Amino acid sequence: MKPLVEYALRLGDDGLVLGQQLSEWCGHSPMLEIDLALANIGLDLIGQSSHFLKLAGEAEGEGRDADVLAFHRDVLDFRNALLVEQPNGDFAQTIVRQFLFSNWQELLMRELVRSQDETLSAIAGKAVKEVVYHARFANEWMVRLGDGSEESRKRIIAGLEWMWRFADELFAVDATVEELIVRGVAVDPRPLRAEWDARIAQTLAGATLEVPKPRRAASGGRSGHHSEHLGHLLTEMQFLPRAYPRAVW
Amino acid sequence: MNREWPLWEVFVRARNGLAHKHAGSVHAADARMAIEAARDTYTRRMEGVSLWVVPSASIVASDPGEADSLFEPAADKVYRHPTFYSIPENIKNI
Repeated sequence: MKPLVEYALRLGDDGLVLGQQLSEWCGHSPMLEIDLALANIGLDLIGQSSHFLKLAGEAEGEGRDADVLAFHRDVLDFRNALLVEQPNGDFAQTIVRQFLFSNWQELLMRELVRSQDETLSAIAGKAVKEVVYHARFANEWMVRLGDGSEESRKRIIAGLEWMWRFADELFAVDATVEELIVRGVAVDPRPLRAEWDARIAQTLAGATLEVPKPRRAASGGRSGHHSEHLGHLLTEMQFLPRAYPRAVW
Repeated sequence: MNREWPLWEVFVRARNGLAHKHAGSVHAADARMAIEAARDTYTRRMEGVSLWVVPSASIVASDPGEADSLFEPAADKVYRHPTFYSIPENIKNI
């Protein structure tokens, strides 16, 4: 697969999977206002994803558009990071996942604006404003829950315990990305790690929480080795187009 | 104990130069959360460029029981409307 196709799929699948997860909160959030907030963030991510997947389809040149890539690929062909497919759990676990992801995505999109690929640059330029808000939203909720009640604190710590091992994968580079970095198309995520660590530490300090200890990282999403959660998610997300391939609205 | 978050009144400025207008209310635990909830609830279709949120408890309302004495006396004071001036043709926005 061409490196650009692979890279666009990774960026697109991150947003698609996380957006789908957030949409599941709609109607189940603690408050109506949170229903709307999470749905808005989810829709932002799905919007970004549709641009990345469109680019992937065009770069591939085999006639697959964003819808085909989203709804007619199987789990082994998905390229999202393992973090975004981790289950919603409770509200605290969802917030921790968003906290780790959005702070990373903000740093990434700020750099991707300078990509030599015009389409990637344009998508990032639009996305960065959305993602700044996502990070702000998640950072503030980390503080409210971490420095909140005994119960919310317990849950946010449990959420961190679950999600922390999936952070390293966000900063990993393989041969595909390496080639695109050299050409100025992809962002090298490794130099972003220090700033990400600093942001995470700052918010956790505000939340009176400790930065979790390093642990054995879980990875594999970028090469299609996913956890059991993604298959279940796709079953639901892809049900309608798979059952009724010619359905339109 | 009341477990609901407090209510905040939301005011949206549609465009620069216009006044903030009351749009509705949101529940939020603190002021920043109220701004975010207001943003997500009332400006998601490009309704505004600026937001105010005010704790609903801070709003002082007139007493409906006093409506007669407060508002009815204005009913027959048509001279308070500046409708007796003739406005030149080329003056707009009045």
